[in-house]
Amino acid sequence: MIDPRGPRFAAAITTVVLAVVLITGNPWVLAVQAVVFAIGAGWGPAASPYGLLYARLVRPRLGPPGELEDAAPPRFAQAVGLLFAIVGLVGFVAGATVLAYIAVGAALAAAFLNAAFGLCLGCEVYLAYRRIVSARSSNNTPPEVSP
Amino acid sequence: MIEGVVVVAAVLVVATIFGLWHRRRDGAVRTMGDGGDERPALVGADLGVELGARATLVQFSSAFCQPCRAVRGRLAHVADQVDGVRHVEIDAERNLDLVRRLGIVKTPTTLVLDGAGRIVARASGVPSLDDVHAALPAT
Repeated sequence: MIDPRGPRFAAAITTVVLAVVLITGNPWVLAVQAVVFAIGAGWGPAASPYGLLYARLVRPRLGPPGELEDAAPPRFAQAVGLLFAIVGLVGFVAGATVLAYIAVGAALAAAFLNAAFGLCLGCEVYLAYRRIVSARSSNNTPPEVSP
Repeated sequence: MIEGVVVVAAVLVVATIFGLWHRRRDGAVRTMGDGGDERPALVGADLGVELGARATLVQFSSAFCQPCRAVRGRLAHVADQVDGVRHVEIDAERNLDLVRRLGIVKTPTTLVLDGAGRIVARASGVPSLDDVHAALPAT
């Protein structure tokens, strides 16, 4: 269980970093952000550099959190962020700048919505995505509840 | 450089509009009016549990869904407080057939069923306690 304000703080930093990537077109900044995403996805948001920054600098100035949250949703979000960052890096390296801008722009939108509105974009789109994907793969998911 | 600034500005403007629009409608409970939803009534077997005598609050969740936790607490509280109301949480990803049949597109989505399993209200996002109480069918 984690302090939900940690991932939100991390999303704010991520928003700034991704905006810098788009404005400067510097793939190295994106590479650093990709590493941050990877740590957050692999070891949880509290272990990521932005999570540590939150724990060191921000949390001591705030009161204790009103409630704790599961770490799984932000971890998933970091994994999706990593995916977009990798696509962006491939775009920059391969000279496909438009692809890079789309991928980083999408990640920026998700990070900003999380930071500014606490909105979980994955919640909005993931189920729709699963419905489409499983319809294509001939609907082979067994129902959890048997009739 | 200029393109980058334009992309950043465009993304932030579109995301802000979406965020404001989403905030306004998140958690809104839509009631289905007389006779309930046009979809066939659900039976206990669809959900793997007995229906509540008065109402069943069916919550569709997914593992990574952050607001699902808040909805769980809220609906469980209502089920606890009100006689004949049950709360059932369903993993949407593992019940895609049911999800399709009911037209669920995102998590969390909550359906309010009456005692006969008809859908009388639905809400996506985090509904307020008052709205959930108001959506319960009369006894």
